[in-house]
Amino acid sequence: MSSISPEFKLISDWIKPNTRVLDLGCGDAKLLKHLIDTHQVNGYGMEIDSNKNIEAMKQGINVIQSNLNNHDICHYFDENSFDYVIMTQALQVVSRPDELLDDMLTVGKQSIITFPNFGHWRMRAQLIFKGRMPETDTLPYHWYDTPNIHMCTFNDFEDLCEEKGIEVVERAVVNSDHKSSLGMKIAPNWLGEVALYKVQKKRT
Amino acid sequence: MSESHTTPQFLKVTTPLQMVSGATLPEYELIYETYGELNANASNAILVCHALSGDHHVAGIDKDGKPGWWDGYIGPGKPIDTDHFFVVCSNNLGGCRGSTGPTSINPETGKIYGPDFPMVTCKDWVNSQNELRKHLGIEQWAALLGGSMGGMQVLQWAIDYPDKLRHALVIAAAPKLSAQNIAFNEVARQAIMSDPEFYDGRYIENDTTPKQGLALARMLGHLTYLSDDMMGSKFGRELREDKLQYNYGVEFQVESYLRYQGKKFATKQNFDANTYLLMTKALDYFDPALEFDHNLSKTLSKATAQFLVVSFTSDWRFSPERSHEIVKALLDNDADVSYAEIESQHGHDAFLLPNDHYEGVFRAYVQRIKAEIDDTNGAQK
Repeated sequence: MSSISPEFKLISDWIKPNTRVLDLGCGDAKLLKHLIDTHQVNGYGMEIDSNKNIEAMKQGINVIQSNLNNHDICHYFDENSFDYVIMTQALQVVSRPDELLDDMLTVGKQSIITFPNFGHWRMRAQLIFKGRMPETDTLPYHWYDTPNIHMCTFNDFEDLCEEKGIEVVERAVVNSDHKSSLGMKIAPNWLGEVALYKVQKKRT
Repeated sequence: MSESHTTPQFLKVTTPLQMVSGATLPEYELIYETYGELNANASNAILVCHALSGDHHVAGIDKDGKPGWWDGYIGPGKPIDTDHFFVVCSNNLGGCRGSTGPTSINPETGKIYGPDFPMVTCKDWVNSQNELRKHLGIEQWAALLGGSMGGMQVLQWAIDYPDKLRHALVIAAAPKLSAQNIAFNEVARQAIMSDPEFYDGRYIENDTTPKQGLALARMLGHLTYLSDDMMGSKFGRELREDKLQYNYGVEFQVESYLRYQGKKFATKQNFDANTYLLMTKALDYFDPALEFDHNLSKTLSKATAQFLVVSFTSDWRFSPERSHEIVKALLDNDADVSYAEIESQHGHDAFLLPNDHYEGVFRAYVQRIKAEIDDTNGAQK
């Protein structure tokens, strides 16, 4: 079995075996392959990039080439088709993260989302002291060429969830090596670089 | 040069074919070619289905030196690697390249069928190809593969004979023709039938062919295979002479190109006009969901094959949206399906042309089919 990143390891721990999974922006489908091998899940990947699509296909994954900005997931899937809809490191690149979040929680019972935290102290420091848009190892782009068009902080994301009646079921915070620390637990929005959330609609 | 000339073979079927139209074909022949070797347990066979004007010569070089119509993708070391797979392609019933069709002799009358050849449908093709499957000793195709009309045939196979294939590769196809698709076909048919040389389809008895009509039909068809962008970049408003002539001769390069394509099809390639009529009708009739309350998801509910669906961004004849319909219906059934949308400016024709992404998808998917075969064979040893 191929080794997976600590981020993917954390996600795997949140997934129950024999469930149905949709992975949005699945890339080369490493995570999905891992979940199939270790958790006997079944499901699909969606990916817009042609080369990544081919890589996913090589892994034997069912992958649908698709643009997440087109509401494709609601076109393709009925309500509650999946136990989990996963999206790693892609929330910030889509045109309407809020609408996609709705779609994800329509076709899936729960969503697992990871994204880089714009509230991390290094980002804040670059803005305060350099007066420039931050560039870091996790976000190595210039302001003008970055695909990350909708950056948010942990607080922003949790506010959005609150507004939408979405409940945070699990949360983990890690640094760029995907390790956690006591500091990150105490002040996640300052010290956490990557956020992992498991969310679902609040039961009314 | 890894292969010598391809040699077509014939299968004569003497079991009458009950056709969808109600007609019965008492006996018929299918012409086909094969490439590569069938393995010991006959698990590596791929059947390729051709498009409207295609034939059984899909790969390799025939005795006239002509490469197969999908030779770029099928052959030794190619994405569909004939070093590993046994590839079969037959000319559809009603065709004009060797399988029984309008130019064949009707055994009941001793005369050429001509316009009396019964209407064929996709279902009839699949049923006749199933005879070929039995003849070749193949219990189950490793994969069915086809583009355009061939892709529709693959869908029909997956619906009608679910246990006879493991993979279905549906390229640049649609679950049924749109009104616009049918309209284009009808104009093409009218072009042929209104040619004075058509003689109600009995042109062969009259020692002629409706060349003009057929060429016109082809010009129209060809147009729908190309994209506006591609025609723009290939021809633009380029002139044949250096200035406008202000007459009805060939002035623009695009006119010259289309006329050439039409003429080539009707004369050099000698395509049979009655076959063209039959094929376009078969396309129009194709609508597998008709028997399932017009519900495509229900139609595909018995299909057990794993699917690869491929479309091309600039294809407006069978656009990506048409492929989405197929994908959606398969997803409704929790089927194994992968979908690739290939960026190309070549319109519908793209499915026959070289393209890195397309080739990559083919290779990746076919590799998967091969791995399954190797696994099964390994487990049996």
